[in-house]
Amino acid sequence: MSDYQAPVREMMFVLRELAGIDAVATLPAYTDATADVVEAVLGEAAQLAADVIAPTNAIGDRAGTRIQNGGVVVPPEFIDVYRQFTAGGWAGLSLDAGMGGQGLPYAVGVAAEEIWQAANLAWALCPLLTQAAARTIESHGSATLRRTYVQRMASGEWTGTMNLTEPQAGSDLAAVRTQAVREGDHYRVSGQKIFITWGDHDMADNIVHLVLARLPDAEAGTRGTSLFLVPKFLVNPDGSIGARNGVAPVSVEHKLGIHGSPTCVMAFDNAIGYLVGEEGRGLACMFTMMNHARLGVGLEGIAISERSYQKARAYARDRVQGRTADGRSRAIIGHPDVRRMVVTMKSQIEAMRAAAYCVAADLDFAHHAPDPAARARHQARVDLLIPVIKGWCTETAQQLTSIGLQVHGGMGYVEETGVAQYYRDARITTIYEGTTGIQAGDFVGRKILRDGGTALQALIADMRATVRELKAGGERLAVIAAGLERGVAALAASAAWLAGNWQRHPAIPGAASYHLLMLTGVLLGAWQHGRSALAAVRLLGAGGGDRAFLEARLATAAFYATQILPQAEASRQAIVAGSDDLLALPENQL
Amino acid sequence: MAVDVGGLSPYDWGPTIRAACFGCGKSMKKIMVCLKRVVDYNVRVRVKADGTGVVTDGVKMSINPFDEIALEEALRIRERGGAAEVVVVTIGPADCQQQLRTGLAMGADRAILVEHGTELEPLAVAGLLLKLVEKEHPDLVIVGKQAIDDDCNQTGQMLAALWDRPQATFASKLEVDGDRIRVTREVDAGLEVIEADLPAVVTTDLRLNEPRYVKLPDIMKAKKKPLEILAAGSLGAALEPSLRTTGYAPPPERQKGAMVADVDALVGALRDKGFLG
Ligand SMILES: Cc1cc2nc3c(=O)[nH]c(=O)nc-3n(C[C@H](O)[C@H](O)[C@H](O)COP(=O)(O)OP(=O)(O)OC[C@H]3O[C@@H](n4cnc5c(N)ncnc54)[C@H](O)[C@@H]3O)c2cc1C
Repeated sequence: MSDYQAPVREMMFVLRELAGIDAVATLPAYTDATADVVEAVLGEAAQLAADVIAPTNAIGDRAGTRIQNGGVVVPPEFIDVYRQFTAGGWAGLSLDAGMGGQGLPYAVGVAAEEIWQAANLAWALCPLLTQAAARTIESHGSATLRRTYVQRMASGEWTGTMNLTEPQAGSDLAAVRTQAVREGDHYRVSGQKIFITWGDHDMADNIVHLVLARLPDAEAGTRGTSLFLVPKFLVNPDGSIGARNGVAPVSVEHKLGIHGSPTCVMAFDNAIGYLVGEEGRGLACMFTMMNHARLGVGLEGIAISERSYQKARAYARDRVQGRTADGRSRAIIGHPDVRRMVVTMKSQIEAMRAAAYCVAADLDFAHHAPDPAARARHQARVDLLIPVIKGWCTETAQQLTSIGLQVHGGMGYVEETGVAQYYRDARITTIYEGTTGIQAGDFVGRKILRDGGTALQALIADMRATVRELKAGGERLAVIAAGLERGVAALAASAAWLAGNWQRHPAIPGAASYHLLMLTGVLLGAWQHGRSALAAVRLLGAGGGDRAFLEARLATAAFYATQILPQAEASRQAIVAGSDDLLALPENQL
Repeated sequence: MAVDVGGLSPYDWGPTIRAACFGCGKSMKKIMVCLKRVVDYNVRVRVKADGTGVVTDGVKMSINPFDEIALEEALRIRERGGAAEVVVVTIGPADCQQQLRTGLAMGADRAILVEHGTELEPLAVAGLLLKLVEKEHPDLVIVGKQAIDDDCNQTGQMLAALWDRPQATFASKLEVDGDRIRVTREVDAGLEVIEADLPAVVTTDLRLNEPRYVKLPDIMKAKKKPLEILAAGSLGAALEPSLRTTGYAPPPERQKGAMVADVDALVGALRDKGFLG
């Protein structure tokens, strides 16, 4: 039996009761996505993940990737997995049918993505980036580019990359130096990119690079960059593969984790490139795919935590050590402190999953709701919460994969056990696709202060409505209601303090940003646990469903309210302390 | 080791088994595959606290693995041009539609659910299947050799007997030629090869094939394929049980093993327990 079984029942509960998959399926674009079909889709995805993908995770970790004859070689098992994955039609699951995808909602797409990522994070980055690149070309590319590339990326026949980072341009992409020079109907691209995930490999016939570069006459700063499509092999007018283009991997990095994912230095030498979107709008084009990509990395945090949790839970049930409080020697799961660790993992994974899937459903409504006002409302929610999902879920994954290791004691520290890989693999997620610091800055600056806190206040109002429902829901929900009410008060107080004080000192927003992001994340989780508890009580009252599962939802929500949510108040205290203490230390004392 | 014991094996009561010319035939019109919904093989089965059965609430349910092999074989025959249509059937509660949809997603052309709320014994199932056979007139019926929940290993044989057609059980290889099949069977002595006239019943063993993974577009298409629902009571088969289940209990927990110093101590210990004379 595989050591990763996708939690399909849990996923379906979230989709049905919290993300509103039935409502999503009423959107004209998604009438096929009825709950029974979605359950079948996730069930089969789970099967493929357990039998085929998950067993390659440790193999990729040990084998890594290397450069040979100017190209990257990946473990042969990855090639086989990729072939089965694309042959099964999974690559374009949530891409529109017009692009050659399966046209399922993104709310379903995130659940499938979580499954692939949990099965093999390093490998799953390839389809993730391919989808992101395909979406970008579809949104901004010319008709010719769309016709030539999108369908073959949606099928997975060709893969995609994001070539943004350069040595001097990481968080600050306005600093890119790669040059693009006009030449007739195309451009010539030259320069060096670093840290390019799946920049080269032998899993597919062609690789479509999206490259951020600068025209010779471009102005400085963000408006000076443009986006180019640079294929590894040029494509003939009849669609067949032509000559090799001037792009090649120079080396692959040796990394802490995700060893199976080639992280390449890429050299562009007079490579033929095609403009995507308009000149000077490179970063703007990237922003349209950013919501999907950042949500995707947030999911990675959830996925890798789930994988670690499954292993920790199994070990805790199995390992016999010491005597538990009631005097009988039992497995370590009987020790209250081990129990604390396992429930801490479970409760936060459920919180993150529910929050992320709900944002994905918001994205579906933002794109496809018939009513423009509804579209705008959902888009505002998405824009507000994407940096929170990305930052909070990946930061929490650091703690949870560490706890998963801790449950194993000394065996956790031994590579052979396997749980250490999850801990190492999780580490990248707070870094790429914008570090936590960048997410936090985006959250406070662009998503809160810029709109005067409107989107945040709408969220707070929705949370307060849930508090009222919980309070009316009787004894069983009292603890959950009280916790959520305190948490919402902490967020409201922090937002009010920030609104009143941010202009007092230029460092205040930055000093508050991480704390506010984590407060919002932790509270978002509590809100979803509250909504989940309401659903559980309703379903229990109706007499249907799986009682043990629903009772467990209630118990988990209560644990979260009493033992995780207090972090919100700690964050509030840090926020309202301002930046004075932070800046009091002179740099030479650090 | 392949042993062709020839002639009738004790497992095959069917009327017509004889030598055949393979490689010169027409294709079948229809293959019927019978699926059973069972607790997924990955689930650690637990007995209900009151001893009335095993826990199925919230437990993952799947197609019985042997039946999945049966369907895979039928699909391969059809894909080779050996059959025009594959029909999957099941008998059970409404939830079984899920497994039929999986069967349709794997590639079956249509499905029939005979709806029935309670557990049925193999003879009742075979009786219902006979009614379906009389309605559908398949050229070949393929079923798993047994279901992994009750391990009965009876339904296929009973259906063949009721239908009065040949049966080839425990198939590890199945070749079709016109109106005949040649089946390699896994028997105690090794492998046995038999031939039978169609229509016939084949029951599948584990090594017959490796079922395919379902493709995403096929899951979507499965939703649009026909799924007919019949009430078990309307088919006129006898459903009354002939057995009474008195209780369910988990097997006794495994006792902790003891380490012994050497072979002599082991022999002594076995003798003490009365396992050795
Ligand atoms: C394994 C891996 C895969 C990657 N894959 C890709 C890829 O496929 N394509 C691609 O283009 N790039 C990729 N990257 C690059 C990645 O996106 C960058 O490393 C990341 O954005 C951070 O940039 P940096 O490394 O230059 O760090 P820096 O920007 O130098 O950041 C260093 C520290 O300073 C902080 N900081 C910087 N600026 C600010 C600010 N304005 N406000 C607050 N804090 C700030 C950061 O939070 C961080 O803690 C990958 C990196 C790795 C390691």
